[in-house]
This record gives sequence, structure tokens and C-alpha cells, in this order.
Amino acid sequence: METYSALRQFADSWGLLGMFVFFIGVVIWVFRPGASATYEHYASTPLRNEDKPAPDRADDAKEA
Amino acid sequence: MGNYIKLIALGLVTLLALIAANYARDLAYLVNALTVALVAGGLFLWTLRHTDEPSAEVDLSGQYMDGVVRAGVIATAMWAIVGFLVGVTIAFQLAFPQLNFEWAQGYANFGRLRPLHTSAVIFAFGGNALIATSFYVVQRTSAARLWGGNLAWFVFWGYQLVIVLAATGYLLGATQSREYAEPEWLTDWWLTIVWVAYLAVFLGTIVKRREPHIYVANWFYLSFIITVAMLHVVNNLSIPVSIFGSKSVSLFSGVQDAMTQWWYGHNAVGFFLTAGFLGMMYYFVPKQAERPIYSYKLSIIHFWALIFIYIWAGPHHLHYTALPDWASTLGMVFSIVLWMPSWGGMINGLMTLSGAWDKLRTDPVIRMMVIAVGFYGMSTFEGPMMSIRAVNSLSHYTDWTIGHVHSGALGWNGMITFGALYFLVPRLWNREALYSLRLVSWHFWLATIGIILYAASMWVTGIMEGLMWREVDANGFLVNAFADTVAAKFPMYVVRGLGGVLYLGGAIIMCYNLVMTVKRSPAVEATNSTVPAE
Repeated sequence: METYSALRQFADSWGLLGMFVFFIGVVIWVFRPGASATYEHYASTPLRNEDKPAPDRADDAKEA
Repeated sequence: MGNYIKLIALGLVTLLALIAANYARDLAYLVNALTVALVAGGLFLWTLRHTDEPSAEVDLSGQYMDGVVRAGVIATAMWAIVGFLVGVTIAFQLAFPQLNFEWAQGYANFGRLRPLHTSAVIFAFGGNALIATSFYVVQRTSAARLWGGNLAWFVFWGYQLVIVLAATGYLLGATQSREYAEPEWLTDWWLTIVWVAYLAVFLGTIVKRREPHIYVANWFYLSFIITVAMLHVVNNLSIPVSIFGSKSVSLFSGVQDAMTQWWYGHNAVGFFLTAGFLGMMYYFVPKQAERPIYSYKLSIIHFWALIFIYIWAGPHHLHYTALPDWASTLGMVFSIVLWMPSWGGMINGLMTLSGAWDKLRTDPVIRMMVIAVGFYGMSTFEGPMMSIRAVNSLSHYTDWTIGHVHSGALGWNGMITFGALYFLVPRLWNREALYSLRLVSWHFWLATIGIILYAASMWVTGIMEGLMWREVDANGFLVNAFADTVAAKFPMYVVRGLGGVLYLGGAIIMCYNLVMTVKRSPAVEATNSTVPAE
């Protein structure tokens, strides 16, 4: 099979499926149980550290 | 030691650029080579003067690197005026062809100035705004200083050099004739180097972040940087005719060339003018409203939906061409699907104000950001509609397209950038507040009325022109000659030009306000530790 046809066939079969599965996975992942609290913390990122960098990687911050 | 290597490199570049200038085959190349020689030579002298000076090693990791952001803000405001002024000029050149002066033929006629306008507003104004805000935002949301030290300065000045090389090239006739990618091969190569450095600075800062999570604004900025790199390299694959001339020949031909061009062109809209500016929205709207983004979950879905869908939308620029029907249908379908993530993002930005709608009345800066998001919603509704083949058969090649582009560019990109500048200047120069909120309101209304005049006149003239082109009499003959449509459009062209004048006037007021903020506004009390000591 010529390169174009091979790529085209891959794109509209496995490629398409892979991207769809990834996207659906993201949506499911976003709505996983317990995500809201985590995202609330992430969403407030711009409201922190306006003036200077954080002093050091705080251990508790890693888990949040 | 580093300085000696730098001197050797700069000396070599100067020498090679002068040799290239000597052998130059065309004027644009000659001017570009001389510009490079001048810059490299100047840097050589500057480095030489400062060699062997004792350098004080200060630990700056406890401060943000804001000098380069300040420079970026100044460049953004300056290029805004240049880009808008050229835009107003060519708008009146279309209305009054006498303004294509005989003495300036070949340099300052519409054909030469038009790419200067598009590149100046998209890449000089928009690009500087993106680079400056991305450097500001990535530091704050990563709680870390920019990675790479002076590499950020290289990115800033390197990018200005790209703009100067491209702009002088356009006026002197060096163009690839590719929409939004007119610069010739030598400028393209230089931009590639600068862009890789930009990616390194941005990614390096994210890698050394002290926040556990990469904030969503950085996702948008990063997707913009990576995708633009990919688009730029593929779209500009070309063979220079001579290493001493500016002309190059594209690697693609025919419909493949057209498709590559619009794959690039539409994703320049999608990732440069949308994803990058959404990064701005996701930082500056929450900051100015002093509350987190409405829904962080929506922002993640917005991001993935946008980048998965946008990349396919390009073929809608090639309806009714040699492009296979399936490809243009694919582009059309994805353009319509794109409506959903776009409006998801718009809702996310607008709803951030829920519970704080009163700020719309009291804070003209947030009003500016909100109208930007509103125009984003409007033009991302209009775009999918125009991509439908039946609508496109009326709108394509008419001024409707121009109106659509400008409601997006002036309304969304311009307004969100103005909002970000009003937010940034007091903070970057350590001022308590803006010099005048009244002037911000003036800017807001001048710009808004300007956009409305622009968009409305282009809708009228675009649809009129489309209908006149397709009008046939009982015997099947075309009723109107092309020149008839040109004559009929005259009043609308004048209205459009006036809209541009209002928009430019607003931007001039903004520059005055920002300068006065730096010069006149009281400084923040010294106890505050926001001042970076650089």
C-alpha cells in the first residue's frame, strides 16, 4: 500500500479511536470522585505567590 | 571566559552578514543583512566594553524576573500603535485609492502595507503580548523564577529582530505570499531559533515549579508555543533560490501547498490567537475579579476539546477548490463541533464574575476583559457558521471574512490584551493604581464603538458584495461587473476606516494612561516586598 493510503487508513481507524478514547478518558478522569476539592485548590493558584517565588518546595504541597 | 566565546561568535556573525550584504541579490536581502550586521556589531562592541568587568554574583532565585516582562509590555504597547496605524492607513487606501501615492509605488502601496499590518498586529502586538504575559503568568503560577537567566532576554530581543527583518522585507518586496507567514526563509530560520529558546525558558520554568500542579493557563500557553513551532516549521519548508537572496521556493505545490498553508493559517488563529490568549484569560480574569476561575473541571475539558478539534478546521478555507470534498467537509464538521469548547471557555470566563457582577459597573478594566470574552463568544459563533459550505459560498472572498477576523482580533485579542496591560503596568512598576480610570473608560468606549462600526460595515458590504457577484439575469448572464461592487462598497469602506480611527484613538489614550501611571502614580509603600531588586 502506498504511504498516503496507509496513513489515511491508520488515521481514520486506530488514530481516531485512540484520540476519542483519550478524550473520553480525560472527561471521566475530571469527574472522578473527590476531584472537586483538589481542583478548588488548583483553581486558586493565581491567587498565591504574586510577589515572589515560594521559598522551597513544601512537602505538604506535593500531596495536595 | 563566556564573554570571549560570545565575542568570537558575534564577530563571525557580523563578518558573515557583511559578506552576505556584499553579495546580496536583492534589496530586501541587502537591508536584512545590514540589519543583522548592525545588531551583531553593536552587541560585539557592547560585550567588548563590558568584558573582564567583575560581575557580582547575586542570588536572584528569591525574586521574579520582571525586567523582561516590563520590556515586553512596552513593546506590546508600541507595536499596537504601529499595527493599528498601518491598518487605518490601508483601510483609507481602499476607500481612496489616491492614497496609494505615485512616489511610494512599490513600497507603501496597499499590497506592500497589508502584510505589514497583519504581521504587526498579530505577531508584533499579539506575539509580544503573549511572550510578556506568558513570562509573567508562568512565574506566578509556578512560584518560581524564569529558567535560563538571560535566555529570556534573548527571546525578547530575538523576537524584535524577527519583526524588524520581516517588516523591512515586506516593504522591499520579500514575501513568500503565504497568509500570516509572509517572511522569507532567513527570517523563518531565525524565528525558529528564537522560538526554541522561548520553549526552553517556558518549559524550564514549569519543570522547576514549586506549585504541585501546572495551572491551566500554562497548558494553554504551552500548547500555543509547541503547536506554533510545529506549524511554522512545516508551513515554511522551502528551498532558498540562493543563499544570498531572499527568494525561496516552497517544497509543496498545488493543492497540497494550499492545504499546508491553511492548515497553518487556521491553526495560527487557533493556537496563536486563541489558545495563547485563553492562557491570558485564565490568569488575568480571575486576578482582576479576585476570585478563582468559575469551574476548573470545565477549563480542563475546554483545553483538551479545543486542541483536539482546532487542528482539523483548516480545510474550511478551501471550499469549492481543488481540495477533495471529503477534506473540506471534514474541516467544516470540525469547525462546527469547535463551537462547543469555544463557548465552554467563554462561559467559564464570564461566570468567573458570578457573585461579583457589580465590578462591571465600577471597574473598567474588568469590563474590558468581559467584553473581550464576549467577542470571543461572538466570533467563535460566526466562524463555524461561515465554515458551512452553503454560507461560505456567499461569504468567501468578500469583506464579511475581513469583518469576522477583526471582530475576533480587535474584540477578543485586542481587548483582553488591553485588560492585561492595565493589570500589569501598576504591578510591574510598583504603583498603587492606574493613573486614571476615566481614561480607561474612554478607551473602552472608543474601542467598542470602533469595533461595532468595523464589524457592522463589513457585514453589510460583505453580504452585498457576495449577492452582487452571484446575481444573474433571466438569460443567465452576470448582472454586475467586479468594478460595480467596488463602487457600491465605498461608503462602507469609509465607515470601516472611521471605526479603525476610533480604535487607534483608544489605544493612544491607553499608552498615555500607562506612561502617566509609571511617571505620576504614587509608588507602593516601601514595606511591601514586591520590588524585584534587578
